[in-house]
Amino acid sequence: MAELMASGKVAAKIFPHPLNAWYAVAWDHEVTSKGLMSRTVAGKPMALYRTTDGRPVALADACWHRLAPLSMGKLVGDDEVQCPYHGLRFNSAGRCTAMPAQETLNPSAMVPSYPVVERHRYLWVWPGDLTQADPDLIPDMHQMDDPAWAGDGLMIEAPCNYQLILDNLMDLTHEEFVHGSSIGQEELSESPFRTRLEDDGSVTVERWMLDVEPPPFWRKNIRDRFPGFEGRVDRWQIIHYYAPSTICIDVGVARAGTGAPEGDRSQGVNGYVMNTITPETDRTSHYFWAFMRNYRLDSQLITTQLREGVKGVFAEDEAMLAAQQAAIDANPDHEFYSLNIDAGGMWVRRILDRMLQAESRAPVGSPVGSAR
Amino acid sequence: MTTTAHPDWATGTVVSSTPVADNVRRIVIERPPRGRAAPGSHLDVRLPIGQGTDVRSYSIVESTDDGSRLTISVLEVPQSRGGSAFMHTLAHGDELPVTQPLQNFPLSVTAPRHVLLAGGIGITALAAMADVLRAVGADYTLVYVGRSRERMAYLDELAELHGDRLVVHVDAEQTPLDVADLVGSIGDHRLAAATELYMCGPIRLMDAVRREWETTGLPPHNLRFETFGSSGWFQPEEFLVTIPQRQVKTTVRTDETLLDALTRAGVDLMYDCRKGECGLCLLDIDEVDGTIDHRDVFLSTTQKTDGRSISTCVSRVVSRTGSAPPTLSLTLP
Repeated sequence: MAELMASGKVAAKIFPHPLNAWYAVAWDHEVTSKGLMSRTVAGKPMALYRTTDGRPVALADACWHRLAPLSMGKLVGDDEVQCPYHGLRFNSAGRCTAMPAQETLNPSAMVPSYPVVERHRYLWVWPGDLTQADPDLIPDMHQMDDPAWAGDGLMIEAPCNYQLILDNLMDLTHEEFVHGSSIGQEELSESPFRTRLEDDGSVTVERWMLDVEPPPFWRKNIRDRFPGFEGRVDRWQIIHYYAPSTICIDVGVARAGTGAPEGDRSQGVNGYVMNTITPETDRTSHYFWAFMRNYRLDSQLITTQLREGVKGVFAEDEAMLAAQQAAIDANPDHEFYSLNIDAGGMWVRRILDRMLQAESRAPVGSPVGSAR
Repeated sequence: MTTTAHPDWATGTVVSSTPVADNVRRIVIERPPRGRAAPGSHLDVRLPIGQGTDVRSYSIVESTDDGSRLTISVLEVPQSRGGSAFMHTLAHGDELPVTQPLQNFPLSVTAPRHVLLAGGIGITALAAMADVLRAVGADYTLVYVGRSRERMAYLDELAELHGDRLVVHVDAEQTPLDVADLVGSIGDHRLAAATELYMCGPIRLMDAVRREWETTGLPPHNLRFETFGSSGWFQPEEFLVTIPQRQVKTTVRTDETLLDALTRAGVDLMYDCRKGECGLCLLDIDEVDGTIDHRDVFLSTTQKTDGRSISTCVSRVVSRTGSAPPTLSLTLP
């Protein structure tokens, strides 16, 4: 039911994160059966590993006994972790299977075992209510492992609240100012855009720049497909947001006037910027990204060039986000104000706000339920 | 999901108290919400016992989505130390200190097969688990054992909710549970090694299942149970305890534990869980005149048979038939 909220309620500077959600915890190749790794998701430290038959496991990274980090321990048997401190063992369900110096097992002994699903080249974990962990809720990132697409990506340890990254991706006007040497061009802030809440609960922000000069990044891409390409292009950015924190951006350019806005992209190149942001703490995030393309699929050279190129572009975002978070923390009495360009980001905030309310979670100092 | 948290005491207000079976009352308590109570969690309640107060734990049978209203069910036990009798006096509007839902008995919904075994009032710990397993479409069976239908709380509701997945055994109807059959059927199943059994009930039942589980060779960590250290093989009796090396000699009343009595007599003992799980309060037995009622789950069956030590927070001594009042002599480490 729609209900007007107090002005500014969704413009919180430090946004809490829903717990009842799938978050990418690692690239598939990062987690192995050779050893343990530690990563924190939504404030919950997890010890990650695979069983000998390759199944991924995420246990709370604190032994039941004295909370020593299990990720410092070792893998034993087919699916067990041995605590590095006193040797208690836990299986992949989190059940304690061995205790030192006694003949029985304490019936309370266990550590939380988080649901894990391997999909779209990522491992996804659910830090919230186990009974609601439906794998169908994992966002559609099929371009990541669809044979019609090729590409690669990395993960950024971003020193900022996850919502700042969502703001960044939901409004690409910033490309003109932050990424002037690669993808920025002045038509970005001059072109109209349309923001809409879809029936499936996703949010779309669509922007077309018609008959423009391609910026350096896109000139290179279109020449990869059409060697020697010269001339102007129609450029598009169609941003798709899936709650709580996945943003897939349909991007590309086509020779100007060849019908791309009407659906004919045959004279252009198309990429998908795949982003999924995992809150680590209130002020740090794991930012997983990849750039996928649907042309020249067999070229590992292009895959590497694109990954390295986007890595450079995203380093510019990372520097800005880190500086923004520092400024937010240094100016606690200052508030956020919104611009017209923030429509996408503000829809994201409203959707997240509703998810948090559904979890009855209004942490101290959060915007939820508090007036500005 | 979280295991034991630090108890956060708050004032609980009784919303209602209604009878749901012979000597069983369903009590709804309102407290500041901390989110929906997870299946297997319990409330700690502080209540008057004798001259002072003590803490009792009650499984949460139902929770509202935000956890502001929590339902427990209490069986009045005539031989108890007084906690259940007090709980039965509660009425609408009464206040008492309660914790947030605490979790020592978490359910793992991902196991491929679950068997839930409830003996009598033990159903309170398992009803919410069965509910969740049904909701997520898990493979489960709820086995509910009681002396008579009149004493079995929630029987009709459970039958309606769980249909064929509910198996009822009633002593008064000559359909008692055969523990060997139950555990044997788990052991014979193709998912034997992955089946989790969750149980809550009288210690005789749980001891029998534990022994059978061990004999059948099922993985010990798949046998999940919760005791609040409150039930034994025998009714509590008064007994005499001595620690010769300290010239300690005192009587353990029926309404206190051995640990309470020794502490009252000035012996500084180490303990932690106070429900027979951690083994910290264990003392060596020097001599015993009577039978030890081992109520803990720390000592193994072999260790209990050997009778060399006793878990002072829960275990007791009772007289052998026709013998003098029971006595226990202990050695401090």
